[in-house]
Amino acid sequence: MSNIKDAVLNSYGKNVRKCMKCGKCSATCPSYDEMEYHPHQFVSMVEKGDIETLMKSESIFKCLTCYACVERCPRNVEPARVIEAVRFAQLRKQGNNHLIPDMIPDMLDEDLPQQAIVTAFRKYAK
Amino acid sequence: MIFTYYPGCTLRTKAKDLDRYARLSAEALGITLEEPENWQCCGGAYSNVNDEAATKLSAARVLNSAKELGRPLVTVCSACHNVIKQTNYDIQHNATLAYKVNNYLGLDPQYNGETTVYHYLEMLRDVVGFDKLAEKVVNPLKGKKIAAYYGCLLLRPSRALSMDDPENPTIMEDFIRAIGADPVIYSQRVECCGGYITLEDKAQASKRSSAVMTDAEENGAEMVVTACPLCLYNLKKNSGSQLPVVYITELLAEALGVKEESNE
Repeated sequence: MSNIKDAVLNSYGKNVRKCMKCGKCSATCPSYDEMEYHPHQFVSMVEKGDIETLMKSESIFKCLTCYACVERCPRNVEPARVIEAVRFAQLRKQGNNHLIPDMIPDMLDEDLPQQAIVTAFRKYAK
Repeated sequence: MIFTYYPGCTLRTKAKDLDRYARLSAEALGITLEEPENWQCCGGAYSNVNDEAATKLSAARVLNSAKELGRPLVTVCSACHNVIKQTNYDIQHNATLAYKVNNYLGLDPQYNGETTVYHYLEMLRDVVGFDKLAEKVVNPLKGKKIAAYYGCLLLRPSRALSMDDPENPTIMEDFIRAIGADPVIYSQRVECCGGYITLEDKAQASKRSSAVMTDAEENGAEMVVTACPLCLYNLKKNSGSQLPVVYITELLAEALGVKEESNE
């Protein structure tokens, strides 16, 4: 599959065109202020095929996967899944891991739960 | 009664209290929690894409172990629960994923989502019963104002988690009442603590967790209770609040009178 839009839509597995632009996803997003592109913009930009802009943005690493937008989307578009599909499109390219094991020792403190590390690897690396 | 029990990676390391008090309290309630052999870490986060199976295999493996043992599967950590419930739901509803998982694991007979998964709180509500639990409380936490912190992973996505109303849950408040304390209702109880972002963006984690703790405090909470080790970490380390944050199982053990006993 050479077309990035097809790859992302296949990975996403739902229909971005069902979005009715209500903005509830971005309104409820706890990372809204930290994102250059907001959840509703991920949906519309993926629909338009403007995906590489999103892949290069730090916004893909700001989503907390808290499922607030997934739960509250009235059209089952579930924007966090769009963001995950774009993030994976970026991470699946050779050499694009956002987190590597060598970075971990400097991030540790005595209370940090293992859960944080394994989750971060699921989210930031392939 | 014996249930299959999945502690997960963190309950074996940084969250040993969550695990220890879960087992002790379950025993006091007549339930033995037994680990299956060779369970693996669930990965902490469910991959929300349609074209990935490998990251879901460890959850599928423990679900199948529970099926083979013929018992429901009990989880405590919110993240483990979320990953295992979503994996089970998707195996039930996504034939391609079910096919891939069975192929990888070489399962015979096949696993098609048969295992019942209970979060520890659901076990208390649906198996023990909060009324029966209340009868077994010997040390009621009378007058204590406790804020239940659900966070994100226990309730959402509700289609797969189906624990409670995702916007207005009551299971943790009912638990707090059962152990004799008074629940504090506040709006941030179902919003995210920041989760794994603490690794690379402390400011964002701090913003989220302080919003939760400030809201709980402003509504009169004397204590916050959670089931999740990462929530506990963020709420304690990143919020700047001095309000105590404890695990649900620690409070339960205290109310059942098995906490001190275990420390002697």
